[in-house]
Amino acid sequence: MASGTELTPTSYMDHHLTNLTSSLGEDPFWTLHVDTLVMSVLLGILTFGFLWVVVRGATSGVPGKRQAFVELAIEFIDDQVKSTFHGDRHAFVAPAALTVFVWVLMMNTMDLLPIDIMAKVYELLGLHNWRSVPTTDVNTTFALALSVWLLMIFFNVKVKGLGGWIHELVCTPFGKNPLLWPVNILFNLVEYVSKPLSHSLRLYGNIYAGEIIFLLIGMWAATGLAGTVFGTLLGAGWAIFHILIVTLQAFIFMMLTVVYLSMAHESH
Amino acid sequence: MNINFTLISQAMAFAIFIWFTVKFVWPPLMRAIENRQKTIAEGLAAGERGKRELELASHRSADAVREAKERATDIIAQAERRAAEIVEEAKVAAKDEGSRILVGAKAEVEQEVFRARETLRQHVADLALAGATKILRREVDAKAHADLLASIKSEL
Repeated sequence: MASGTELTPTSYMDHHLTNLTSSLGEDPFWTLHVDTLVMSVLLGILTFGFLWVVVRGATSGVPGKRQAFVELAIEFIDDQVKSTFHGDRHAFVAPAALTVFVWVLMMNTMDLLPIDIMAKVYELLGLHNWRSVPTTDVNTTFALALSVWLLMIFFNVKVKGLGGWIHELVCTPFGKNPLLWPVNILFNLVEYVSKPLSHSLRLYGNIYAGEIIFLLIGMWAATGLAGTVFGTLLGAGWAIFHILIVTLQAFIFMMLTVVYLSMAHESH
Repeated sequence: MNINFTLISQAMAFAIFIWFTVKFVWPPLMRAIENRQKTIAEGLAAGERGKRELELASHRSADAVREAKERATDIIAQAERRAAEIVEEAKVAAKDEGSRILVGAKAEVEQEVFRARETLRQHVADLALAGATKILRREVDAKAHADLLASIKSEL
């Protein structure tokens, strides 16, 4: 909780929802959310470092428990990709799906850290504003969604050729008749705009809302004995339910990535 | 909700992590998994093959046992036949031998009889001669009456 200032619900919420920023230039665009970047990169290094260590010592004989766990995760992803994407999935799409799933899952899981205890810990480290969950920062989800969107366009051009892609933009889904061209273009434009928006905002909204509810429960817990008791129960319940949401959202994000990328590989 | 440079930095981090996974995480594990799948498939195939071979071998061994039994039966039958033959031959040989011995014995007996008769005749002749000598006293000369004695002897 914020030290030094008077504690009101607004300041409590503000404190928990403010990023640690660092300015790299005059324009507000050049602001950097240090906490988002550090947490996500740290989690990424931990996760992929772990995967790398396990995979480097991987044996094709009887696997150890760690390797079996990693294989379980990877084969789960591989199965999902196999059912959606019909091509050489090992070259890019499946490992990319693994990256998305594991990374988003880890970032989402940070939501389960007890917010006020973490705030105290960060305070001890001299960090007044520090948000633990990178996916509650719309920059992260947009970054992922836009990267996928760019990959989608890249694979569209790579697989169908620039002409083929433009032909698809102009002539699908309604038909080749020149009268239908504007309708087709409009339809595809809406699709191409809505894809990254829905992709990123779904994840952001779910995780952000989850965090807000934790904050509300935390505020209720500060109101008195009854609030503490119910706040504890509700917080535990919400956290357990949140395990599902965290995993589900990571899975949905990954599946949409796979679906978008495989749509880019298929011509109509 | 303010979009800023964080987006670009996150996108770069994302790109790096994807590259890392594509390059270093996915291929080795897939290789390990595929190798294991191959090993398992080979093991299963070998097991199947072994089972088939076992079946074949048991067929073969059953055949061998049956053949051996047939041969044994043949051999026993042959041996029995041969034994019967030998017994038959032995019987014939024994019969021949017996009859030959019988014939020999008969001949010997006849000879003995003949010789005994000769001896008896000699004795009788001698006896008759002695008797006649006793009766006639000196009148009989064995040398002078040899012809007469020989004729009597042959008549006995």
